[in-house]
Amino acid sequence: MPVTASTAPSPGLSAYADVTASEASLRRFLHGLPGVDQVGAEARAAGLGTRSIKTTAKALALDLAITMVDLTTLEGQDTPGKVRALANKALRPDPADPTCPAVAAVCVYGDMVGVVKEVVGDKVNVAAVATAFPSGRASMEVKLADTREAVAAGADEIDMVIDRGAFLAGRYLQVYEEIVAVKEACGSAHLKVIFETGELQTYDNVRRASWLAMLAGTDFIKTSTGKVQPAATLPVTLVMLEAVRDFREATGVQIGVKPAGGIRTAKDAIKYLVMVNEVAGPDWLTPTWFRFGASTLLNELLMQRTKLATGRYSGPDYFTLD
Amino acid sequence: MNFEYAPAPESRAIVDIKPSYGLFIDGDFVDGHGTAFKSVNPATEETLAEIAEADAADVDRAVKAARKAFRGWSRMPGRERSKYLYRIARIIQERSRELAVLESIDNGKPIKESRDVDVPIVAAHFFYYAGWADKLEHAGLGANPQPLGVAGQVIPWNFPLLMLAWKIAPALACGNTVVLKPAETTPLTALLFAEICQQADLPNGVVNIVTGAGATGEALVTHPDVDKVAFTGSTGVGKAIARSIAGTDKKATLELGGKAANIVFDDAPIDQAVEGIVGGIFFNQGHVCCAGSRLLLQESVAEEVMAKLKRRMATLRVGDPLDKNTDIGAINSAAQLARIRALAEIGEDEGAERWSPPCELPSAGYWFPPTVFTGVSQAHRIAREEIFGPVLSVLTFRTPAEAVEKANNTPYGLSAGVWTEKGSRILFMADRLRAGVVWANTFNKFDPASPFGGYKESGYGREGGRQGLSAYLKAGA
Repeated sequence: MPVTASTAPSPGLSAYADVTASEASLRRFLHGLPGVDQVGAEARAAGLGTRSIKTTAKALALDLAITMVDLTTLEGQDTPGKVRALANKALRPDPADPTCPAVAAVCVYGDMVGVVKEVVGDKVNVAAVATAFPSGRASMEVKLADTREAVAAGADEIDMVIDRGAFLAGRYLQVYEEIVAVKEACGSAHLKVIFETGELQTYDNVRRASWLAMLAGTDFIKTSTGKVQPAATLPVTLVMLEAVRDFREATGVQIGVKPAGGIRTAKDAIKYLVMVNEVAGPDWLTPTWFRFGASTLLNELLMQRTKLATGRYSGPDYFTLD
Repeated sequence: MNFEYAPAPESRAIVDIKPSYGLFIDGDFVDGHGTAFKSVNPATEETLAEIAEADAADVDRAVKAARKAFRGWSRMPGRERSKYLYRIARIIQERSRELAVLESIDNGKPIKESRDVDVPIVAAHFFYYAGWADKLEHAGLGANPQPLGVAGQVIPWNFPLLMLAWKIAPALACGNTVVLKPAETTPLTALLFAEICQQADLPNGVVNIVTGAGATGEALVTHPDVDKVAFTGSTGVGKAIARSIAGTDKKATLELGGKAANIVFDDAPIDQAVEGIVGGIFFNQGHVCCAGSRLLLQESVAEEVMAKLKRRMATLRVGDPLDKNTDIGAINSAAQLARIRALAEIGEDEGAERWSPPCELPSAGYWFPPTVFTGVSQAHRIAREEIFGPVLSVLTFRTPAEAVEKANNTPYGLSAGVWTEKGSRILFMADRLRAGVVWANTFNKFDPASPFGGYKESGYGREGGRQGLSAYLKAGA
């Protein structure tokens, strides 16, 4: 399903032009954001995790979660055959049940974009990781070339990584400019910016990175590559959801959120949806504004979905591997 | 899209509420001789059970049973007493769901709080003081501290089981025996605790539970053979108790009302502060003596915090206490609801601005929506008096010194909260706030190892921790 975010710059954003005028002003702004108390943020996330989602609410949540999955394979061992199989799975996650919705996108390395596109056409988006994923350790030219190549191959969405080294060294303007440049290279493709929150480590950093990427014009902010532990967690996603909520309030621009990596059970996915609902608000409860970067999660969702519909819990062999 | 949570009620099948309950004296349930009264489910107004009222003669019987048991219990080696306390703690854990459901039915508090806060802390309290029973020579009261004797304990309705644990666990660990009176609107979990005492084979008379209202409590605290009075409740009743035992050699600890300041500085972690404000005043419907009922906002962030607070309050779910997604349950009684309503009206009359999120309240039962008053000044009654409900009064300040001054400008002094990312400011504030507990970047956190108690009209004595032992021990020869 195509994303429909507005690409026109919002008047609200112009108020922040001074912020990104220099390294010093950007640093002052990011370090002036309210701090995040770790204990409090984790307690809030855990509290939301105790919500009890049953019956009709659970059915709705499971279907919604399926439509939000960016079905992902990012392995050195990926082959066209494997990727084609995954793309077919994305179109028809549960071949036994035609009412089961398709996922949001298939997420692959740039060289596999064409393979996915052949299978899914315009029915499901193709997302490509780019900018020397997962480490981000390459020159700007290489990162931009990586991006352009994926877009040229037909990618609808680009998942870039930030230069965590530059971020942790305090070179925020460099990170900002990279995002701006990659966004430009994306053309009409949507940009997701991956922070690798497991490497940024503190929630203060996650909040700063969120604002940095949003000011630079990203469409989505994303937690992780899936290659570093910990990947997505509820508290990290909480801080990012607070950031997109506050950013829309300040600028009128809505930004999406994508936790990726480590979300394996349907129960976990539902906890994330509860958090989206209560922290950012119902406006974010669509695949346009919230995604799960995941692979094994999909079958867990399907198994729970079938169990809810039939009252029986089938084994994993009743669901396709990919 | 709209994500409606389907009802998720906790089953009440696990509790077996009897049609009527007697008094628990000397290890047995016996009839009371006063006028029986009813305990009501505040969420539905349905009568739950008929409860015996203990008259003065019943109280006397209970005190005699406790006195008789004191001889054996106080001479029992500490390590043997601790075995009983550990056993009680484990049974509480085993029966935790039953206790939580019963507490929510009788009190009106949401099941997520009785399940995740009250009952786990109750068990933790018994575990903690079980550990002290054979180590009393390290209590700081000399090599051979001695128990006081029979403790008469009167507890409130806001945390029925938790206040029971705060009173009974340290008393028993130190070798005292007890006669406890639960509040008349919430006696059921105390009576279930009596069954747990039987199940744990606690010697007869060590714990006695007498039910009734003010007259029963008065008979208990003024009984000449009660050596120690422990009371948690309103400042008015606390003062009456202090008067009634003046001139006797009874020892007393009183944990009374509060009007805590929750102070948010401009460098606070705002999102977590908002959570702390919400937890501080809306936890347990605001029926918390240490509730953060006065919000002091630094003027430079007042607008931002209020906007976030209102948005957050709009997500609070008010309703069936047994629904696992309920954040705010029922007000405990019609009388308490009337008091909250009266004070809220006074707030409006005095010119403060009242706001509640749109929220539908059930038709039966006692309910009050989460409410915030802005434009409140120190002169308003809602900034002075304890409302004991989900009502927050918001004031502003400009400097740390002004925050201290306003926070301390109250006859109470039970707790306070400070929100700032600056460590030195936390210490500065904690030094100057006249409150028994100062929470920094959190609120309403309880641990059995941490002492709790008040300054000024919030009472005297400490409960919890090593300090809590001195309320039940005297220095030995």
